[in-house]
Amino acid sequence: MKDMRKNAFWVVLALPGILWLVVLFIVPIYAVLAIAMGKLDQLIESPVAVWNPLDWSSSAVIDVWRDVFGSSAFAGPIIVRTLVYTAIASLLCLLIGYPAAYFVARFAGRRKALFLVLLIAPFWISYMMRMLAWIDLLSSGGYVNKALGWVGVSPVNWLGGQSVTVILGLVYGYIPYLIMVLYAGLDRIDPALLEAGRDLGLGRVRTFIHVTLPLSRQPILTGLLITVLPMLGDYYTNQMLSGAASTSMIGNLIQGQLGTPGLEGQGAVLSLMLLVVLLIPMIYYVIATNREAAQ
Amino acid sequence: MTAPAATPAPAPAPPPVPAATPAPDISGHRSFRPFWRNPWRHPWFLEGFTWLYLIWSLVPIAIAVLFSFNNGRSQSTWQGFSWRWYFSDPVNSVLHDPQLHAAVIQTVRLSVLTTIIAVPLGVAFALGINRWRGPIPATFNFVMILSYVIPELIFGVSMFFVFTTLFSSVHLGTLSEVLGLVTWNVSWPAIVVQARLVTLGRQYEEAAADLGASQFQVARRVLLPLLAPAIFASAVLVFSGVIDDFVIVDLLSSSAGNTPMSVIIYSTQHGGNGGPALNALGSIMLAMSLIIVVLGYLGYRLLSRGEASVGLAALTAISGEG
Repeated sequence: MKDMRKNAFWVVLALPGILWLVVLFIVPIYAVLAIAMGKLDQLIESPVAVWNPLDWSSSAVIDVWRDVFGSSAFAGPIIVRTLVYTAIASLLCLLIGYPAAYFVARFAGRRKALFLVLLIAPFWISYMMRMLAWIDLLSSGGYVNKALGWVGVSPVNWLGGQSVTVILGLVYGYIPYLIMVLYAGLDRIDPALLEAGRDLGLGRVRTFIHVTLPLSRQPILTGLLITVLPMLGDYYTNQMLSGAASTSMIGNLIQGQLGTPGLEGQGAVLSLMLLVVLLIPMIYYVIATNREAAQ
Repeated sequence: MTAPAATPAPAPAPPPVPAATPAPDISGHRSFRPFWRNPWRHPWFLEGFTWLYLIWSLVPIAIAVLFSFNNGRSQSTWQGFSWRWYFSDPVNSVLHDPQLHAAVIQTVRLSVLTTIIAVPLGVAFALGINRWRGPIPATFNFVMILSYVIPELIFGVSMFFVFTTLFSSVHLGTLSEVLGLVTWNVSWPAIVVQARLVTLGRQYEEAAADLGASQFQVARRVLLPLLAPAIFASAVLVFSGVIDDFVIVDLLSSSAGNTPMSVIIYSTQHGGNGGPALNALGSIMLAMSLIIVVLGYLGYRLLSRGEASVGLAALTAISGEG
């Protein structure tokens, strides 16, 4: 009883947040499930949520299954494309981001604050503004085509459905997040460990391979997750930079189904499928960062 | 944006600057060594690479800002300086185009409302969850962290469905946008404040309790002042996060009157009606974020004075990487 009273104050503090999360996070996720497993109002073609699991119907799930794996599967190639784009873009993010984060964490010295400000800057600039910047540069009369013209290359229609442009946009859009995670992880490495490696006769490269790289495994993994998770749900980068169906991703599929009468149930199914696939990496991320904090 | 539970521990001492340390000559006699064999030489290649990355990352944005001042309709050919896309054009400037004008106001409105609701909610949640022992708080802490890592599209879809089917009296629009944004952002104060509580330890509140303070007094007179920098940093994160938010507001906005800047830039450019007015809108967003960041940086340093906190710690704190 005394324990209850001792707790009461903190319970009262936590309660509004708990209620908020129940009503506006748990219930909405369940609503997606209820619509995915729900029925379709044939008359107005709007989805009817079925809240009781005993009454669930699997018609939307079957529809989606056919779209993904069936003989006329139009969603299959889109999913493959999403995976390919995400894999290439996140690896490029890592290849570009790691050296930059490594330099700033290890060697920037007294100019560290300056470098850090410049590294973080894109993080504060609106995603759409950053996409707009590349639209300006890559448009038919933009600076990229002008520069190509000087070296005698004819103008390229960069914004007309090029995979390269979309991948560039994804890298440009998400790399600041990766760099921040990498920087924080690399900055935490005790320089004494690196000095020990050096004292024991390792050269610069071997110190990196045997000491720094193993110690940065965790930041690399969490950093990749933080770029991969949003990329898989991205529908705006390719819409801004290409707009062609030949570059559409899972996100476009889901977003397109949301406003379309009769297809909203399938949008719900696809979102849930994405959530189920991503649940394991999400939980890994939570555990990994908790462990990091506990250290 | 990252590391939900990263501790805002005082920043580790900066690593020694290898370039500044001359190679110790312990051999006793002078030996010639080519510069590339010097293990302490400055990593020029890495530095060059970093500068190239920074140029690639920042120059396009600078050019986009430049074109918001273009005296012409092109977003790619410079035709002289003017303020026409900001206010002097009587029809198409941000000031006079009703849609663009409304977007600026809507972004500010959403940022202010979301910050006012999400920060107290998240701070109270963090305090309560952190001190209340048992399986219930642990469960809800996990739920909160899930809301932090769930992809925004899936979260936005769930919000869209809940406001079009279950809570349909809420309608799409400003109210649903604020409810969605608060839920999406409440994890910032909740995570940042909990991390700060962990590093603070419990000795201050135990001392206060020994001196006869009630739990309320402990929270009000001891914890809140100690948490002030963390609360402030999380408010900065929420405010600037809402300015930049796109997915949630895109899915939950319903008409021109409740569509914020990021969505207007997206839909107008994608619809083929782009022009320097969009660059102007983006530059205004950039200026708003910049003001918030500078205020956040100065405010954080002011609030955490007296601690071994340097500028670097303030920088990483207001970018969510404390």
